[in-house]
Amino acid sequence: MKIHEYQAKELLAAYGVPVPVGYLAETADEAYEAAKKFPQSVVKAQIHSGGRGKGGGVKLAKTPEEAKKIATDMIGMRLVTKQTGAEGKIVHKVLVTEATDIKKEYYLSIAVDNDTAGLVIIASGAGGTEIEETAAEHPELIVKEYVSVYEGFHNYEGIEVARKIGLPAELQKDFLAMLRNMTRLFIEKDCSLVEINPLVETADGKLIALDAKVNFDDNALMRHPDVVELRDIAEEDPKEVRASEFDLNYISLFGNIGCLVNGAGLAMATMDIIQKFGGSPANFLDVGGSATTERVTAAFEILLSDPNVKAIMVNIFGGIMKCDIIAEGIVAAANKIGISVPLVVRLEGTNVERGKEILKESGLNIIAAADMADAARLAVAAAK
Amino acid sequence: MSILVNKETRLIVQGITGGQGRFHTEQMLAYGTNIVAGVTPGKAGQDVCGVPVFDTVKQAKEATNANASIIYVPPKFAADSIFEAVDAELDLVVCITEGIPVLDMARVKNYMVGKKTRLIGPNCPGLISPGESKVGILPGYIHKKGHVGVISRSGTLTYEAVGQLSARGIGQSTAVGIGGDPIRGTSFIDALKLFNEDDDTYAIVMIGEIGGSGEEDAAAWIKENMKKPVAAFISGQTAPKGKRMGHAGAIISGGKGTAAGKIAALREVGVKVADTPDRIGEMLVEAIKEAGIYEKCLVAE
Repeated sequence: MKIHEYQAKELLAAYGVPVPVGYLAETADEAYEAAKKFPQSVVKAQIHSGGRGKGGGVKLAKTPEEAKKIATDMIGMRLVTKQTGAEGKIVHKVLVTEATDIKKEYYLSIAVDNDTAGLVIIASGAGGTEIEETAAEHPELIVKEYVSVYEGFHNYEGIEVARKIGLPAELQKDFLAMLRNMTRLFIEKDCSLVEINPLVETADGKLIALDAKVNFDDNALMRHPDVVELRDIAEEDPKEVRASEFDLNYISLFGNIGCLVNGAGLAMATMDIIQKFGGSPANFLDVGGSATTERVTAAFEILLSDPNVKAIMVNIFGGIMKCDIIAEGIVAAANKIGISVPLVVRLEGTNVERGKEILKESGLNIIAAADMADAARLAVAAAK
Repeated sequence: MSILVNKETRLIVQGITGGQGRFHTEQMLAYGTNIVAGVTPGKAGQDVCGVPVFDTVKQAKEATNANASIIYVPPKFAADSIFEAVDAELDLVVCITEGIPVLDMARVKNYMVGKKTRLIGPNCPGLISPGESKVGILPGYIHKKGHVGVISRSGTLTYEAVGQLSARGIGQSTAVGIGGDPIRGTSFIDALKLFNEDDDTYAIVMIGEIGGSGEEDAAAWIKENMKKPVAAFISGQTAPKGKRMGHAGAIISGGKGTAAGKIAALREVGVKVADTPDRIGEMLVEAIKEAGIYEKCLVAE
């Protein structure tokens, strides 16, 4: 789960990481009032995306009037960044912060490292730019330190990181405190990423988190109701939000064949094979192992709410998921909302015979496929 | 022979009184798996399909001499169930549960270092040695006893691969789903090693997907060690970038993790990689024909 920069900074501040003073503004007047508190201010669009600066979502205001003008333009604008895709994201609120006199920019983050089953601190003396770019162009500028989830990092490891990124010795103590607080936040709140970019050394010799990003492990949200409250549904695809209400793993794509599959691997493979046969999937959808008839019905509703969908391909190989549940879901969806597009169904696995019987008895107009390739071929043809 | 599970496997079902636990206990019993006990805290004394229920894994092991367990416990409590199975010193624990917090699994993985228990999963379909024992949720009837080992990160693609093998008269020694989570108990290399050493396994199918570097690592291992033909499939060739993986993940993998990279790494070391998921069986047939062991792999009808 992602949150906004202003929320990430509030969280970091609560954990003792220094951040610039800032105020959230949802109107230009609020931005004006906030900017009056600073000699100069920076107005920052709050959307769930990196690369906002290059898209025009971060601007310096020398006066409160200028901040008001910038906020007027920014709130309501469609901000396109490298990460949002061409459709961009609408800006609903801005963060007005005190402008900082920057001496040097660094990069600092903590993430999970799967190979060592621990955390990894990633740091660089080349901050401010996107870390992927640094990694691709100057991998030698990236410093990594692996950290145990039990013990955290040892002081000497933190000092080693500080030394390698060229941090002045007099800031080492502050750096260690910052790193320790970030680690505490990461572990206590089950984060998947805590990133400060840039981490700034100010002209008056302080370390401060000028921009921040905090992502959370979706699997752990069940034990962090306070984190769930930070979710901003306006930032998410409405179909994906609806899917998450039913515990469906759905990702919106751009094609015209709706896919309903069990298992993430098979769902990806289904997308692959549709494209191999010249079609284009409208979505990735894994109904999971424990879907009920209600959830399958909801899945159909979501697929059919996409106006691009011209055919639906159901690809089920039941293990934990029983074919009769899928079949009942199909029938229930057809009765409730009507399935207006051609429906290709491939069923295999647990309770497959009952599943096929249910579909047959329903009298629905279903194109039955013998196997996965057959289903993809039939779906591609039906969507044309 | 087979790997990891066989007729000697004496299984405990953790979470046996839940909906999934109950259903799959029934299914595993029907397949012939020797389930000796179930565990649900607070439910000792009950029975499920004739299987006695205990409060703890330790009690269940002491009473029944069990050597393996399978976990159908909700994500919030699943890591604790793994700790319990490890502390009871079972040989094998298979965790089916999907959605365990990543940091929980990081703790489990660290805790298991140096312990005797092997973990399969989590977020996996379990494993099956056809005709001997099924420890998982795989549909038993698609399998045939034979000589091809199957390893997969995806449950349903395991079934897909097995279905294609069986349809071609090629049986399986063991099919193992190692799970779709980023931190897992058993890696591709662990499973490849076991199959390489198993006299009854003549060839191997491995199914990977985007993310992480398990497949690339496996390719390097295959180059140095593998004595048997291998066929593979990698899913996610057309998956959109950045939708699943966060920033930092992309850095850690440092250019690794794409389907194209994995396919290239495997082909480089002589693995037959299927372009599409419907051709996994064909690729294995091609590999065993080239190795001159096609007839040996066929199931006697």
